[in-house]
Order: sequence, then structure tokens, then C-alpha cells
Amino acid sequence: MTATTAPGRRTPQSMIGFLDDSPPYVRPILFAVGGLALLSIVRILAGAPDLTAGDTFIAAIGAMSPIVFAALGGLFAERVGVVNIGLEGMMILGTWFAGYAGWHWGPWAAVVAGAVGGALGGLLLALATVTFGVDHIVAGIAINLLAPGVCRFLASAVFVGHEDGTITQSPTMSGTISRFTFPFLAGGSLFGWKTPDTLGWLDEKRWFFLSDVAGLGRGFTTSLAFTTILALALVPLSAYFLWRTPFGLRLRSIGEKPSAADSLGVAVYRIKYIGVTISGALAGLGGAWLAIDVRAYNENQVAGRGFQGLAALIFGNWRPAGLAAGAGLFAFAQSLTQRIGTAPVRALFLLAALVTVGLAIVLITRRRVPQAIGALVMGGLAFVYYLSTKTVNNQIVFITPYLVTLLVLAFASQHLRPPAAEGKPWRKGDIT
Amino acid sequence: MKHKLIYALAAPVLAVVVALVVSSIALLAIGESPATAFRAMATSIDSAEAVVNILNRAGPYYVMGLAVALGFKMGLFNIGADGQYRIGALLAAAAGAAVSLPGPLHVLFIVLVAMVGAGAYAGIAGVLKVTRGVNEVVSTIMLNFIATGITAYLLSVYLRNKAVDLQSETKPIAKSGWFPALNRLLSWIGYHLPKGTSLQGFLIVALLTGVVFYLIVYRTRFGFDLRSSGANPRAALASGVNPKAMILKTIILSGALAGLAGMGPLLSELHKYGDTFPTALGFTGISVALLGRNHPAGIAVAAFVWAGIEQAARALPEVGIPPEIGKILQGTLLLSAVIAFEVVRRHGQAAAVRDAAARADTHDRAVRLGAATS
Repeated sequence: MTATTAPGRRTPQSMIGFLDDSPPYVRPILFAVGGLALLSIVRILAGAPDLTAGDTFIAAIGAMSPIVFAALGGLFAERVGVVNIGLEGMMILGTWFAGYAGWHWGPWAAVVAGAVGGALGGLLLALATVTFGVDHIVAGIAINLLAPGVCRFLASAVFVGHEDGTITQSPTMSGTISRFTFPFLAGGSLFGWKTPDTLGWLDEKRWFFLSDVAGLGRGFTTSLAFTTILALALVPLSAYFLWRTPFGLRLRSIGEKPSAADSLGVAVYRIKYIGVTISGALAGLGGAWLAIDVRAYNENQVAGRGFQGLAALIFGNWRPAGLAAGAGLFAFAQSLTQRIGTAPVRALFLLAALVTVGLAIVLITRRRVPQAIGALVMGGLAFVYYLSTKTVNNQIVFITPYLVTLLVLAFASQHLRPPAAEGKPWRKGDIT
Repeated sequence: MKHKLIYALAAPVLAVVVALVVSSIALLAIGESPATAFRAMATSIDSAEAVVNILNRAGPYYVMGLAVALGFKMGLFNIGADGQYRIGALLAAAAGAAVSLPGPLHVLFIVLVAMVGAGAYAGIAGVLKVTRGVNEVVSTIMLNFIATGITAYLLSVYLRNKAVDLQSETKPIAKSGWFPALNRLLSWIGYHLPKGTSLQGFLIVALLTGVVFYLIVYRTRFGFDLRSSGANPRAALASGVNPKAMILKTIILSGALAGLAGMGPLLSELHKYGDTFPTALGFTGISVALLGRNHPAGIAVAAFVWAGIEQAARALPEVGIPPEIGKILQGTLLLSAVIAFEVVRRHGQAAAVRDAAARADTHDRAVRLGAATS
């Protein structure tokens, strides 16, 4: 992913300065280890062992998948310079097509059909924005409005009258998607022999840090639907495709400076169409994931995940690894709200307090005193809330990821770098 | 002038034709007759009752459309109108139920709370944009979700009417805080509505808001600055407009209007905020503003058409056709309209350029001829 940075050019200095000259893979690893250690401390102090239990992570990895699909969809569109607000609508199309195909031919057909349905939405967006030059936001909004109407209409025409089929729901899918559990690590079976569940054993001990690592590991190794594996695999695959192949370079060059790409003979319109259609197909896969998960199309089952994908994309600075982290954040919060008892949720406030205090210390060393005081005040408030409550309303957790995205935008926007030509209509012959 | 009129009419006509064609194809695909469907829709809105229903729906759509259009006028996308009006409506409902004031004052107080609350919430996106450069599209999308969380939290923890068990809703607002219906007003001018129908008083508010919107945007210095900031930010800056102040003012005003739009359902219909309160009104506002080209008259037509399609679609089950075709009609109308506007705009622009070039050419020739003869 460093291919965008020309040799010798210094990347902008980040909040944690001493990492600036380290290799690119060091920082994510440090963040992951540090984050897990922090979570571990918090769950012990707050008496909330469930915060990092395997079940929490298993739920989170599942919940993360549709958001990852949507965010990757956003990535492909925005890297060719098209802002895709219509991700939500394309996911909805994906759920309907997946519901239809799954009902007739099973979950794998649903995967393909979901992608096709989303791609149709992507084509429509490409037609409006690339061919007709309509404002991207306007076109995306129109698609978000059109998609649920189309699906409801199709559902009323196709699903009603069949078993379990209503205007809001497709008949149940035939068959289920296969799931995979790693042998030895998470106790998956190997040729019929049930292997020991190492991570599960370690997870249950609830030892400091080790058990938390095991919990996270269980999330990535236990009962993974193949659609989930597809989502996780598409993150590095997209990174490779976009940053390491000639076609990916052409695609990204259009998002940065279409006239330059055009002058070098890149077929700007065609590649824009391809990028936006892939975007729709990925969003449609996200919809298919949701439909396959509950073995039916349900109206409103997308429930804002397209927008969450968009937020994750921005949170992740328009990069595959970053957007996966953003999607993980949304999914972690979602899986916590679904757990019984609010102790883990309450623990998050202790976490917020610790993080803001750490941030304040960094800011003080940077001599940014007013910001440091602001961070300390916020941390103090979080700590007071943590001490003063026994139960936390689920709604507070619901808004947490959105709030974090807003804060990231507010405080790190100088570090964010969207594609330069994003959102600008371009006609052949334009110089910009 | 003649050309201008053709250009103005070409896009809407084109959009309507495309929307009808697409809907007809959808109907034919499920084996229904488009003629039956459209005839049923047309006859169903041919009654005073239906028109009243449409107007009642169109009022809030119109004000919401104006709220969004105000932002669009200067290139701001207030996707967050939805969250803003829900925050405003919840606060207004709670405040309105908590106080007792004489009639008009009570209404005024509730409306004020809604507009201030919604405006302040919109202001968050404005402050983030001017101080931190955060794109308002993204921040308002986030704020929509945050509004969902905040309203649910406030409603379930603090503002809930404990007397109602099954639903979470605020206490009802006393009668002094209701918008009166317009039936009696209509009777005075000799028009009697059929029994059981009532024309909501909010319609007057909506129409007044449209007039005020027109005056502010097209007849004041602020409106001029607003439009010039949207059309050409650099020229606006050069003429002394403070872009940051302009953004902040516009987005807060847009939010306040969104708050006002929520007063339709609150003060004319439901009188409390709860699970039954209409959602996604903000997104309807976006559609209506786009369809109406951000002009108060255009938005009025668009709001009426939008509500009209919804009303007409209700008649479809009677002839055995799924009413969802109305949604397809709305969606394709919107999409084909924005495409048609863009195509016609570009066509007009190209024609203007050709025209100017031709004129410059004749002028050039005339000058040369003049130089040769003298």
C-alpha cells in the first residue's frame, strides 16, 4: 500500500511520531496488541469478562462481513472518483436477488445473484454519473430511494403466495451455507475426528491478555460461514488488485486525476463503469451475506449497513486494511449491544476514559495544551459516567461507532486523504 | 425566451415519460395492464377527500423540501434533515406537553423549540465543516444515526409517558398546542368539506414558509450571497462573502426548517412523539427538493406530485395490482428527472455557446467590413 507514496517523499507526521519511520506493517500490529492489552485491563478492572470473550468476537466477525463488503464497494467506486452514497440501495437489491436465488437454488446461487443485483444498481449509478454527469450524491440518493421500492414491488409480485413468502419476506432458502471451524485451534473436526479446542480452552481461563488473544482468535477461527471467509479474503485481494496490478493503477489514477489518465490512453469512461459496477456487486454481496445469514430476504434487513460501510471507508482513509478496522469497530459495538447484560458496555466507558487520558498525554508532549485539556475533560466525564452507573442504555452503544467516526473526521481529517478527483463529474476534454 | 420555455419544460416532460414507461414495463413484467393501473390511480384522486389527503401529506413534504433546498442552493448537502427534524420533534413534543400556555403562544413555543433544537443539531455539522473541514454529507449521515440513538435513549429513559405501557411515546400535548384544522375557514368562504375529512392547518404554515423562502433567497442580500456562494464560491468570496459564516448560517437555517416540517405531523395529527411518528421525512424532502429544482414553486409542485402518487397508489389493490408500483414511479421519476435536468442543462449550455460564437463571428465580420469601407 505504500505504492502511492513516491520514494523520498515524507508522509505526513502522525499522532504517534516515533512510528513514522518504521515499516508499514509495524503500526497495525502495535495497535492491535496495544488495543487488546487495553481491553484486557479494562475487562478485569470493570469486572466484565464478556467484553473480550470468544463469543463476542465470533458475533463481531460475522457482523463485520456485510459492512466490509459495503466498504470495499465504496472503495472501488471512490477510487475511480465516484462517490457512492447508493451503497445502501445496492445492498438492498443484493438482499432481494439473493433471497430469490437462494429460495430456488440454495445459498451459493444467492451469493452470485446478490452480486448481480448489486451490480445492476452500480450500473445505474454509473449511467447517471459517468454518462449523464449527474451529481454523485444526487444520483446515489435517488438509487437509495428507488431500490427499496423495486424490491418491495418485486417481492409482492414474486414471493407472495408461496410458503413463508410475504411482501416483506422471501420463502426460506433451500439449504444453509457451510461453515468452517479450524481444527486444533478452535475444535473443528478433521476427517470425522473432533480435534481439541485449544483457543476455547485458553479463552475460558480468562487470563490477562492471553485469554483475550484467544478470544479474538476464536472469532477468526470458529464457525466461519463461507460468505464471511469471502469477505475477509476480499480485503487483501482488493488491496493487491488495486495497488499491485496495472489495472488497479489505472483504476486509481482515474480517481486521482482523470485528465492525466486520459492523456496516457486510459479508457476513463470504461474503467469508471467497471469500478462502479464492481462497487455495486460488492455491496450486493453484502446484501447476500445478510440474506444468507437468516436464510431469507427480509425487508429492512440492510438497516443502514451501506452507510456504515461508507463510514468505515472514511474511517479507514480509503484503504482496505483501514476500512476493515472501521468495519470491525462497528461490528464490535453491534455484537456488544446484542449480549445479555450491560457490564461489557459499561466497561467501554472505562476504556474511553483511559484512551482519552492517553491521548491527552500525547498531546501534552506535543505542547498542544488546549486540546489536551479538552481530551482530559472528556475522559473525566466518561470516567464519572462509568463510576455513577450500573447499567448502560443500549442506545449509547448504538451511537458509539458513529460518534467515533465523527471524532476521527474532526480530529484526524488532516491525515485523511480521499482520492483527489472524488465526487467531481468529469467529461472527456476537461483539464482538471 | 421561447427557447428558455422549451428547455424548462423539456426535462420534466422527459422525466414523466421515462417514469411512466419504466413503471409500465414493470407492470407488464408481472402480467398486469398499465392502462388499468394508471386509470385506477387517476380516478382515485378525483375526489375532495383524496385532494385533502394529498394536501395534508404534501405540507410537511414541502417544508422539508424547502429545508433541503436551502442547503442545495449554496451547494450544501443536508442529508441530515431527517435526524434534525426527529430531534426537533421529540424536544418540541416533550416541551409542549410539559407546559400549559394559552393557544397561539403554546403553538408558537412548541414550534420555536422544534426549530431551535433541529437548527442546533444541524449546527453540529456546520461547526465541524467550518472548523475542521469535515464534509457535511458524511457528518450528517453519521448524525442521522446518532439522532436515532439519542431520540430512542431520551424517549425510553427521560421523556416517556409512564401512563402508556406498550409503546414508548411522550405525553400528549394539550389542545391549546394544536394547529386548528382549516375546515371552518373553508366553510366561511362557502366551501364545505365532506364529513370525516379535515384539512390540516399546517398547510397555511407551509405556504407561508414557501413565500418567506422565496423572499429571503431571491430578494435579500443574504439570499444573493447564498446563491452566489453556491454558483461560484470564488466570486462570492471576492465580493466580500464570509464563506464560513455563510455555511454556518445556511445549515442552521436548513435544520430549523427541517424542525418546522416535523410540526405538521406533531401539531396537526399526532400531538405526541412516539413509535408511530413518521420517519424518513427528511429523505422525502431531499427527493422533493431535487424534483422541484430547489425553487419554491417547483418544490410545491413536486411535493404535491409526490403525495399524489402515494395517495393514488392506495387504490391499486382494488384492481389487484401491488401498490408498490407507486414507489417505482416515484423512484424512476426522481432518477430520470435528475438525469433529464442535467442533459437539458448541458444541451442548453452548448446551444448558448454556439449562439455566442456565431454572434461573435458576425460581429467580427461586421467590424472587418467596417474597417475595409472606411
